[in-house]
Amino acid sequence: MATETVVHEDAKHQNEGDAWDGGAQPFKVSYGKLMMWYFLLSDAFTFAGFLIAYGALRFTMPTWPVPDFVFKTAPFGIHNLFSAETGAPLIFVTFMSFLLILSSVTMVRGVQEGHRENKNGVVFWMVLTIIGGLGFLGCQAWEWNNLIGHEHMTVLTNPFGTHEDSGYYTDDTHGHALPAGQQGERFEVGDSYLIHSTGVNAEGEREWTKRNFVTDGGEKGTEQFGPKQFGALFFFITGFHGFHVFSGVVFLIIICLNVASGLYVRRKNGYEMVEKIGLYWHFVDLVWVFVFLVFYLL
Amino acid sequence: MGHLNYEDSKKLVFRGMWLLAAVTLIEVVISLFGKGHLGYDPGDSMVLVMVVGVLIAGLSIYKAYYIIYEFMHMGAEVKGLRMSVLLPVLLLVWAIIAFFHEGNSWKERRQLIKEKNEIEAPKKTSSILLDKQTKSIF
Repeated sequence: MATETVVHEDAKHQNEGDAWDGGAQPFKVSYGKLMMWYFLLSDAFTFAGFLIAYGALRFTMPTWPVPDFVFKTAPFGIHNLFSAETGAPLIFVTFMSFLLILSSVTMVRGVQEGHRENKNGVVFWMVLTIIGGLGFLGCQAWEWNNLIGHEHMTVLTNPFGTHEDSGYYTDDTHGHALPAGQQGERFEVGDSYLIHSTGVNAEGEREWTKRNFVTDGGEKGTEQFGPKQFGALFFFITGFHGFHVFSGVVFLIIICLNVASGLYVRRKNGYEMVEKIGLYWHFVDLVWVFVFLVFYLL
Repeated sequence: MGHLNYEDSKKLVFRGMWLLAAVTLIEVVISLFGKGHLGYDPGDSMVLVMVVGVLIAGLSIYKAYYIIYEFMHMGAEVKGLRMSVLLPVLLLVWAIIAFFHEGNSWKERRQLIKEKNEIEAPKKTSSILLDKQTKSIF
Protein backbone atom coordinates (compact mmCIF):
# COMPACT_ATOMS: atom_id res chain seq x y z
CA MET A 1 0.00 0.00 0.00
CA ALA A 2 1.27 3.46 -0.87
CA THR A 3 1.95 5.73 2.09
CA GLU A 4 1.57 9.46 1.76
CA THR A 5 4.39 10.76 3.89
CA VAL A 6 4.13 14.42 2.92
CA VAL A 7 0.52 15.01 3.92
CA HIS A 8 -0.36 15.59 7.59
CA GLU A 9 3.20 15.29 8.81
CA ASP A 10 2.21 17.14 12.04
CA ALA A 11 -0.75 14.92 12.82
CA LYS A 12 1.40 11.87 12.32
CA HIS A 13 3.86 12.95 14.97
CA GLN A 14 1.11 13.55 17.48
CA ASN A 15 -0.21 10.01 17.08
CA GLU A 16 3.04 8.13 16.88
CA GLY A 17 2.45 4.40 16.91
CA ASP A 18 -1.30 4.77 16.66
CA ALA A 19 -3.09 2.01 14.75
CA TRP A 20 -5.43 4.63 13.26
CA ASP A 21 -2.57 6.38 11.49
CA GLY A 22 -3.10 4.42 8.37
CA GLY A 23 -0.31 2.77 6.49
CA ALA A 24 -0.35 -0.23 8.82
CA GLN A 25 -2.27 -3.43 8.04
CA PRO A 26 -3.75 -4.71 11.30
CA PHE A 27 -5.20 -7.77 9.53
CA LYS A 28 -2.06 -8.33 7.42
CA VAL A 29 -4.04 -8.57 4.19
CA SER A 30 -4.61 -6.16 1.34
CA TYR A 31 -7.73 -4.02 1.19
CA GLY A 32 -9.10 -6.03 -1.73
CA LYS A 33 -8.82 -9.38 0.02
CA LEU A 34 -10.32 -8.06 3.25
CA MET A 35 -13.27 -6.57 1.40
CA MET A 36 -13.76 -9.85 -0.47
CA TRP A 37 -14.06 -11.58 2.92
CA TYR A 38 -16.64 -9.04 4.12
CA PHE A 39 -18.58 -9.29 0.88
CA LEU A 40 -18.69 -13.06 1.30
CA LEU A 41 -19.87 -12.61 4.89
CA SER A 42 -22.77 -10.43 3.74
CA ASP A 43 -23.57 -12.85 0.92
CA ALA A 44 -23.58 -15.68 3.46
CA PHE A 45 -26.28 -13.80 5.38
CA THR A 46 -28.36 -13.45 2.21
CA PHE A 47 -28.19 -17.16 1.53
CA ALA A 48 -28.78 -17.98 5.20
CA GLY A 49 -31.90 -15.79 5.08
CA PHE A 50 -33.23 -17.78 2.10
CA LEU A 51 -32.42 -21.17 3.56
CA ILE A 52 -33.88 -20.30 6.97
CA ALA A 53 -37.03 -19.05 5.20
CA TYR A 54 -37.19 -22.45 3.45
CA GLY A 55 -36.95 -24.19 6.83
CA ALA A 56 -39.55 -21.94 8.46
CA LEU A 57 -42.05 -22.40 5.59
CA ARG A 58 -41.44 -26.15 5.56
CA PHE A 59 -42.29 -26.22 9.27
CA THR A 60 -45.59 -24.43 8.63
CA MET A 61 -46.82 -27.22 6.35
CA PRO A 62 -48.29 -30.53 7.51
CA THR A 63 -46.71 -32.25 4.48
CA TRP A 64 -43.74 -31.39 2.28
CA PRO A 65 -42.44 -32.96 -0.93
CA VAL A 66 -39.83 -35.62 -0.18
CA PRO A 67 -36.55 -34.74 -1.95
CA ASP A 68 -35.58 -38.34 -2.71
CA PHE A 69 -38.89 -38.64 -4.62
CA VAL A 70 -38.72 -35.27 -6.37
CA PHE A 71 -35.06 -35.58 -7.40
CA LYS A 72 -34.94 -39.14 -8.64
CA THR A 73 -34.37 -38.63 -12.35
CA ALA A 74 -30.99 -38.50 -14.05
CA PRO A 75 -29.99 -37.73 -17.63
CA PHE A 76 -29.38 -40.38 -20.31
CA GLY A 77 -31.98 -42.60 -18.65
CA ILE A 78 -29.60 -43.49 -15.82
CA HIS A 79 -32.56 -43.66 -13.45
CA ASN A 80 -33.94 -46.56 -15.51
CA LEU A 81 -31.09 -48.69 -14.14
CA PHE A 82 -32.75 -48.42 -10.74
CA SER A 83 -36.14 -49.81 -9.73
CA ALA A 84 -39.04 -47.97 -11.33
CA GLU A 85 -40.52 -47.16 -7.94
CA THR A 86 -37.54 -45.42 -6.34
CA GLY A 87 -35.74 -44.13 -9.44
CA ALA A 88 -32.22 -42.84 -8.82
CA PRO A 89 -32.74 -40.82 -5.64
CA LEU A 90 -30.27 -37.94 -5.25
CA ILE A 91 -27.74 -39.61 -7.58
CA PHE A 92 -27.64 -36.74 -10.07
CA VAL A 93 -27.31 -33.97 -7.46
CA THR A 94 -24.54 -35.94 -5.75
CA PHE A 95 -22.71 -35.90 -9.08
CA MET A 96 -23.29 -32.13 -9.27
CA SER A 97 -21.80 -31.73 -5.79
CA PHE A 98 -18.70 -33.72 -6.81
CA LEU A 99 -18.32 -31.48 -9.85
CA LEU A 100 -18.33 -28.35 -7.70
CA ILE A 101 -15.87 -29.86 -5.18
CA LEU A 102 -13.59 -30.79 -8.08
CA SER A 103 -13.66 -27.27 -9.51
CA SER A 104 -12.88 -25.92 -6.04
CA VAL A 105 -9.81 -28.18 -5.89
CA THR A 106 -8.56 -27.05 -9.29
CA MET A 107 -9.02 -23.45 -8.10
CA VAL A 108 -6.79 -24.05 -5.06
CA ARG A 109 -4.16 -25.48 -7.40
CA GLY A 110 -4.42 -22.36 -9.56
CA VAL A 111 -3.86 -20.09 -6.55
CA GLN A 112 -0.84 -22.21 -5.52
CA GLU A 113 0.71 -21.87 -8.98
CA GLY A 114 0.08 -18.12 -8.72
CA HIS A 115 2.15 -17.94 -5.54
CA ARG A 116 4.98 -19.55 -7.49
CA GLU A 117 4.50 -16.97 -10.29
CA ASN A 118 3.91 -19.84 -12.72
CA LYS A 119 1.74 -18.20 -15.37
CA ASN A 120 1.02 -21.27 -17.49
CA GLY A 121 0.14 -23.28 -14.38
CA VAL A 122 -2.42 -20.68 -13.29
CA VAL A 123 -4.03 -20.61 -16.74
CA PHE A 124 -4.16 -24.43 -16.90
CA TRP A 125 -5.88 -24.86 -13.52
CA MET A 126 -8.21 -21.90 -14.06
CA VAL A 127 -9.38 -23.33 -17.38
CA LEU A 128 -10.18 -26.61 -15.59
CA THR A 129 -12.08 -24.63 -12.93
CA ILE A 130 -14.10 -22.85 -15.65
CA ILE A 131 -14.94 -26.21 -17.25
CA GLY A 132 -16.11 -27.51 -13.86
CA GLY A 133 -18.30 -24.44 -13.33
CA LEU A 134 -19.82 -24.72 -16.81
CA GLY A 135 -20.45 -28.42 -16.19
CA PHE A 136 -22.31 -27.60 -13.00
CA LEU A 137 -24.41 -25.00 -14.82
CA GLY A 138 -25.18 -27.54 -17.53
CA CYS A 139 -26.35 -30.04 -14.93
CA GLN A 140 -28.54 -27.42 -13.31
CA ALA A 141 -30.02 -26.50 -16.68
CA TRP A 142 -30.89 -30.17 -17.24
CA GLU A 143 -32.46 -30.44 -13.77
CA TRP A 144 -34.57 -27.30 -14.26
CA ASN A 145 -35.60 -28.38 -17.75
CA ASN A 146 -36.68 -31.76 -16.38
CA LEU A 147 -38.69 -30.15 -13.58
CA ILE A 148 -40.33 -27.47 -15.73
CA GLY A 149 -40.64 -29.22 -19.08
CA HIS A 150 -41.43 -32.80 -18.05
CA GLU A 151 -42.81 -32.67 -14.52
CA HIS A 152 -44.47 -29.26 -14.95
CA MET A 153 -43.38 -27.77 -11.66
CA THR A 154 -43.42 -23.97 -11.79
CA VAL A 155 -42.96 -21.15 -9.30
CA LEU A 156 -46.68 -21.31 -8.49
CA THR A 157 -47.57 -24.96 -9.11
CA ASN A 158 -46.12 -27.93 -7.27
CA PRO A 159 -47.42 -31.25 -8.63
CA PHE A 160 -45.48 -33.20 -5.98
CA GLY A 161 -48.00 -34.19 -3.29
CA THR A 162 -48.00 -36.44 -0.25
CA HIS A 163 -50.71 -38.83 0.96
CA GLU A 164 -52.04 -37.92 4.40
CA ASP A 165 -53.90 -41.25 4.81
CA SER A 166 -53.36 -44.80 3.61
CA GLY A 167 -55.77 -46.33 1.12
CA TYR A 168 -56.40 -47.57 -2.43
CA TYR A 169 -56.66 -45.79 -5.76
CA THR A 170 -59.99 -46.13 -7.58
CA ASP A 171 -58.46 -44.83 -10.82
CA ASP A 172 -55.74 -46.33 -12.99
CA THR A 173 -52.52 -44.40 -13.65
CA HIS A 174 -54.17 -42.47 -16.49
CA GLY A 175 -56.97 -41.20 -14.25
CA HIS A 176 -59.69 -43.47 -15.71
CA ALA A 177 -62.07 -44.96 -13.15
CA LEU A 178 -61.60 -48.67 -12.54
CA PRO A 179 -64.63 -51.00 -12.81
CA ALA A 180 -66.71 -50.99 -9.61
CA GLY A 181 -65.36 -53.31 -6.95
CA GLN A 182 -61.85 -53.39 -8.39
CA GLN A 183 -59.11 -52.04 -6.16
CA GLY A 184 -56.28 -49.96 -7.58
CA GLU A 185 -52.76 -49.56 -6.19
CA ARG A 186 -52.26 -49.35 -2.46
CA PHE A 187 -50.57 -46.34 -0.82
CA GLU A 188 -49.45 -45.62 2.72
CA VAL A 189 -49.37 -42.45 4.82
CA GLY A 190 -46.52 -40.20 3.68
CA ASP A 191 -46.20 -41.79 0.22
CA SER A 192 -45.40 -39.25 -2.47
CA TYR A 193 -47.11 -38.87 -5.83
CA LEU A 194 -46.55 -36.76 -8.90
CA ILE A 195 -49.67 -35.40 -10.60
CA HIS A 196 -49.08 -35.86 -14.33
CA SER A 197 -50.20 -33.33 -16.87
CA THR A 198 -52.14 -34.34 -19.97
CA GLY A 199 -51.27 -31.15 -21.80
CA VAL A 200 -52.70 -27.70 -22.35
CA ASN A 201 -56.34 -27.14 -23.32
CA ALA A 202 -57.77 -24.70 -25.88
CA GLU A 203 -57.84 -21.86 -23.32
CA GLY A 204 -54.16 -22.33 -22.67
CA GLU A 205 -54.68 -23.83 -19.20
CA ARG A 206 -52.73 -26.88 -18.17
CA GLU A 207 -54.79 -30.00 -17.51
CA TRP A 208 -53.87 -32.52 -14.85
CA THR A 209 -54.63 -36.16 -14.15
CA LYS A 210 -55.68 -36.10 -10.50
CA ARG A 211 -56.38 -39.69 -9.49
CA ASN A 212 -59.24 -40.52 -7.13
CA PHE A 213 -58.80 -42.81 -4.15
CA VAL A 214 -60.56 -44.25 -1.10
CA THR A 215 -58.82 -44.07 2.24
CA ASP A 216 -58.81 -46.92 4.73
CA GLY A 217 -61.22 -44.79 6.75
CA GLY A 218 -63.67 -45.10 3.82
CA GLU A 219 -63.41 -41.48 2.73
CA LYS A 220 -63.22 -40.61 -0.96
CA GLY A 221 -60.52 -38.24 -2.03
CA THR A 222 -58.64 -36.81 -5.00
CA GLU A 223 -54.92 -36.10 -5.32
CA GLN A 224 -54.10 -32.52 -4.39
CA PHE A 225 -51.15 -30.33 -5.36
CA GLY A 226 -48.31 -30.12 -2.84
CA PRO A 227 -47.42 -26.89 -1.02
CA LYS A 228 -46.72 -24.30 -3.71
CA GLN A 229 -43.99 -22.70 -1.59
CA PHE A 230 -41.78 -25.66 -2.57
CA GLY A 231 -41.62 -24.65 -6.22
CA ALA A 232 -41.09 -20.97 -5.47
CA LEU A 233 -38.32 -21.65 -2.93
CA PHE A 234 -36.63 -24.24 -5.13
CA PHE A 235 -36.40 -22.07 -8.22
CA PHE A 236 -35.53 -18.95 -6.26
CA ILE A 237 -32.77 -20.41 -4.09
CA THR A 238 -31.11 -22.77 -6.57
CA GLY A 239 -31.54 -20.02 -9.17
CA PHE A 240 -29.79 -17.51 -6.93
CA HIS A 241 -26.97 -19.98 -6.33
CA GLY A 242 -26.80 -20.79 -10.04
CA PHE A 243 -26.54 -17.08 -10.78
CA HIS A 244 -23.56 -16.92 -8.40
CA VAL A 245 -21.95 -19.81 -10.26
CA PHE A 246 -22.66 -18.10 -13.57
CA SER A 247 -21.17 -14.75 -12.50
CA GLY A 248 -18.25 -16.68 -10.96
CA VAL A 249 -17.57 -18.33 -14.32
CA VAL A 250 -17.68 -14.92 -16.04
CA PHE A 251 -15.17 -13.47 -13.55
CA LEU A 252 -12.97 -16.56 -13.85
CA ILE A 253 -12.88 -16.17 -17.64
CA ILE A 254 -11.98 -12.46 -17.39
CA ILE A 255 -9.24 -13.07 -14.82
CA CYS A 256 -7.94 -16.10 -16.73
CA LEU A 257 -7.57 -13.92 -19.83
CA ASN A 258 -5.78 -11.29 -17.73
CA VAL A 259 -3.41 -13.96 -16.41
CA ALA A 260 -2.71 -15.20 -19.91
CA SER A 261 -2.02 -11.63 -21.09
CA GLY A 262 0.66 -11.27 -18.40
CA LEU A 263 -1.10 -8.46 -16.52
CA TYR A 264 -0.50 -9.99 -13.08
CA VAL A 265 3.14 -10.77 -13.84
CA ARG A 266 3.71 -7.01 -13.94
CA ARG A 267 1.89 -6.47 -10.64
CA LYS A 268 4.36 -8.77 -8.86
CA ASN A 269 1.97 -9.57 -5.98
CA GLY A 270 1.77 -13.33 -6.32
CA TYR A 271 -1.35 -13.25 -8.51
CA GLU A 272 -3.50 -11.77 -5.75
CA MET A 273 -6.41 -11.28 -8.15
CA VAL A 274 -6.50 -15.05 -8.69
CA GLU A 275 -6.56 -15.49 -4.92
CA LYS A 276 -9.54 -13.12 -4.62
CA ILE A 277 -11.62 -14.83 -7.31
CA GLY A 278 -10.55 -18.10 -5.66
CA LEU A 279 -12.14 -16.95 -2.37
CA TYR A 280 -15.36 -16.19 -4.23
CA TRP A 281 -15.33 -19.51 -6.04
CA HIS A 282 -14.81 -21.50 -2.81
CA PHE A 283 -17.68 -19.55 -1.28
CA VAL A 284 -19.97 -20.69 -4.11
CA ASP A 285 -18.94 -24.28 -3.28
CA LEU A 286 -19.53 -23.56 0.41
CA VAL A 287 -23.05 -22.29 -0.22
CA TRP A 288 -23.79 -25.39 -2.30
CA VAL A 289 -22.87 -27.52 0.75
CA PHE A 290 -25.81 -25.95 2.58
CA VAL A 291 -28.20 -25.81 -0.40
CA PHE A 292 -27.46 -29.52 -0.88
CA LEU A 293 -28.11 -30.15 2.82
CA VAL A 294 -31.36 -28.22 3.03
CA PHE A 295 -32.97 -29.08 -0.33
CA TYR A 296 -31.77 -32.59 -1.04
CA LEU A 297 -30.52 -34.35 2.09
CA LEU A 298 -32.96 -33.37 4.84
CA MET B 1 0.16 -23.54 4.42
CA GLY B 2 3.07 -21.15 4.33
CA HIS B 3 5.42 -23.53 6.12
CA LEU B 4 4.81 -26.42 3.77
CA ASN B 5 6.87 -26.93 0.65
CA TYR B 6 5.23 -27.00 -2.74
CA GLU B 7 4.98 -30.79 -3.09
CA ASP B 8 3.43 -31.20 0.37
CA SER B 9 0.83 -28.48 -0.14
CA LYS B 10 -0.09 -30.04 -3.48
CA LYS B 11 -0.68 -33.38 -1.76
CA LEU B 12 -2.79 -31.66 0.89
CA VAL B 13 -5.11 -30.20 -1.75
CA PHE B 14 -5.82 -33.58 -3.34
CA ARG B 15 -6.26 -35.12 0.09
CA GLY B 16 -8.90 -32.42 0.68
CA MET B 17 -10.65 -33.43 -2.54
CA TRP B 18 -10.97 -37.08 -1.47
CA LEU B 19 -12.04 -36.03 2.02
CA LEU B 20 -14.83 -33.73 0.78
CA ALA B 21 -16.00 -36.31 -1.77
CA ALA B 22 -16.06 -39.04 0.88
CA VAL B 23 -17.95 -36.89 3.39
CA THR B 24 -20.52 -35.98 0.68
CA LEU B 25 -20.98 -39.65 -0.17
CA ILE B 26 -21.43 -40.55 3.52
CA GLU B 27 -24.04 -37.78 3.84
CA VAL B 28 -26.01 -39.13 0.87
CA VAL B 29 -25.87 -42.68 2.24
CA ILE B 30 -27.07 -41.54 5.68
CA SER B 31 -29.84 -39.46 4.09
CA LEU B 32 -31.06 -42.34 1.91
CA PHE B 33 -30.89 -44.70 4.91
CA GLY B 34 -33.09 -42.30 6.87
CA LYS B 35 -35.60 -42.22 3.99
CA GLY B 36 -35.78 -46.03 3.93
CA HIS B 37 -34.00 -46.61 0.59
CA LEU B 38 -31.35 -48.97 1.90
CA GLY B 39 -33.45 -51.90 2.95
CA TYR B 40 -34.38 -50.63 6.40
CA ASP B 41 -37.84 -49.14 6.83
CA PRO B 42 -37.67 -46.38 9.44
CA GLY B 43 -41.46 -46.16 9.66
CA ASP B 44 -42.40 -42.88 11.28
CA SER B 45 -39.72 -42.85 13.96
CA MET B 46 -39.11 -39.20 14.89
CA VAL B 47 -35.93 -40.17 16.76
CA LEU B 48 -34.31 -41.59 13.61
CA VAL B 49 -35.29 -38.49 11.60
CA MET B 50 -33.68 -36.29 14.27
CA VAL B 51 -30.50 -38.39 14.48
CA VAL B 52 -30.12 -38.48 10.69
CA GLY B 53 -30.76 -34.71 10.49
CA VAL B 54 -28.20 -33.86 13.16
CA LEU B 55 -25.61 -36.20 11.61
CA ILE B 56 -25.81 -34.77 8.09
CA ALA B 57 -26.01 -31.18 9.39
CA GLY B 58 -22.88 -31.86 11.46
CA LEU B 59 -21.04 -33.33 8.46
CA SER B 60 -22.07 -30.33 6.32
CA ILE B 61 -20.67 -27.95 8.95
CA TYR B 62 -17.45 -29.97 8.93
CA LYS B 63 -17.27 -29.59 5.12
CA ALA B 64 -17.83 -25.84 5.50
CA TYR B 65 -15.04 -25.67 8.11
CA TYR B 66 -12.69 -27.57 5.80
CA ILE B 67 -13.42 -25.35 2.80
CA ILE B 68 -12.98 -22.13 4.82
CA TYR B 69 -9.85 -23.19 6.73
CA GLU B 70 -7.99 -25.23 4.11
CA PHE B 71 -9.16 -24.03 0.70
CA MET B 72 -9.70 -20.38 1.61
CA HIS B 73 -6.70 -20.41 3.99
CA MET B 74 -8.64 -18.81 6.82
CA GLY B 75 -6.36 -20.71 9.22
CA ALA B 76 -3.41 -18.65 7.95
CA GLU B 77 -5.10 -15.26 8.54
CA VAL B 78 -4.57 -13.24 11.72
CA LYS B 79 -6.99 -13.70 14.61
CA GLY B 80 -8.72 -10.34 14.15
CA LEU B 81 -9.71 -11.15 10.57
CA ARG B 82 -10.85 -14.66 11.51
CA MET B 83 -13.01 -13.39 14.34
CA SER B 84 -14.50 -10.44 12.43
CA VAL B 85 -15.66 -12.77 9.65
CA LEU B 86 -16.67 -15.85 11.64
CA LEU B 87 -18.23 -14.43 14.82
CA PRO B 88 -21.10 -12.57 13.07
CA VAL B 89 -22.21 -15.93 11.67
CA LEU B 90 -23.19 -16.90 15.22
CA LEU B 91 -26.15 -14.50 14.89
CA LEU B 92 -27.67 -17.11 12.59
CA VAL B 93 -28.01 -19.54 15.48
CA TRP B 94 -30.74 -17.39 16.95
CA ALA B 95 -32.29 -16.79 13.51
CA ILE B 96 -32.62 -20.55 13.04
CA ILE B 97 -34.16 -21.12 16.48
CA ALA B 98 -36.57 -18.18 16.18
CA PHE B 99 -37.79 -18.81 12.63
CA PHE B 100 -38.20 -22.56 13.03
CA HIS B 101 -40.18 -21.96 16.20
CA GLU B 102 -42.28 -19.42 14.36
CA GLY B 103 -42.95 -21.85 11.50
CA ASN B 104 -43.96 -24.58 13.88
CA SER B 105 -46.31 -22.34 15.82
CA TRP B 106 -47.89 -21.26 12.53
CA LYS B 107 -48.61 -24.90 11.69
CA GLU B 108 -50.09 -25.56 15.14
CA ARG B 109 -52.36 -22.55 14.91
CA ARG B 110 -53.56 -23.59 11.48
CA GLN B 111 -54.31 -27.04 12.88
CA LEU B 112 -56.15 -25.50 15.84
CA ILE B 113 -58.33 -23.40 13.53
CA LYS B 114 -59.06 -26.47 11.41
CA GLU B 115 -60.13 -28.42 14.49
CA LYS B 116 -62.29 -25.58 15.78
CA ASN B 117 -63.98 -25.27 12.39
CA GLU B 118 -64.93 -28.92 12.58
CA ILE B 119 -66.68 -28.53 15.94
CA GLU B 120 -70.41 -28.59 15.30
CA ALA B 121 -72.18 -25.49 16.46
CA PRO B 122 -75.02 -26.12 18.98
CA LYS B 123 -78.47 -25.99 17.43
CA LYS B 124 -79.96 -22.60 18.10
CA THR B 125 -83.63 -21.65 18.07
CA SER B 126 -82.98 -17.97 17.69
CA SER B 127 -80.91 -16.48 14.96
CA ILE B 128 -79.71 -13.73 17.30
CA LEU B 129 -76.96 -14.68 19.69
CA LEU B 130 -78.61 -13.74 22.99
CA ASP B 131 -78.83 -15.80 26.15
CA LYS B 132 -82.13 -16.31 27.99
CA GLN B 133 -81.55 -13.60 30.58
CA THR B 134 -80.83 -10.91 28.04
CA LYS B 135 -83.76 -12.04 25.93
CA SER B 136 -86.15 -11.60 28.83
CA ILE B 137 -85.27 -7.91 28.96
CA PHE B 138 -86.63 -7.33 25.49
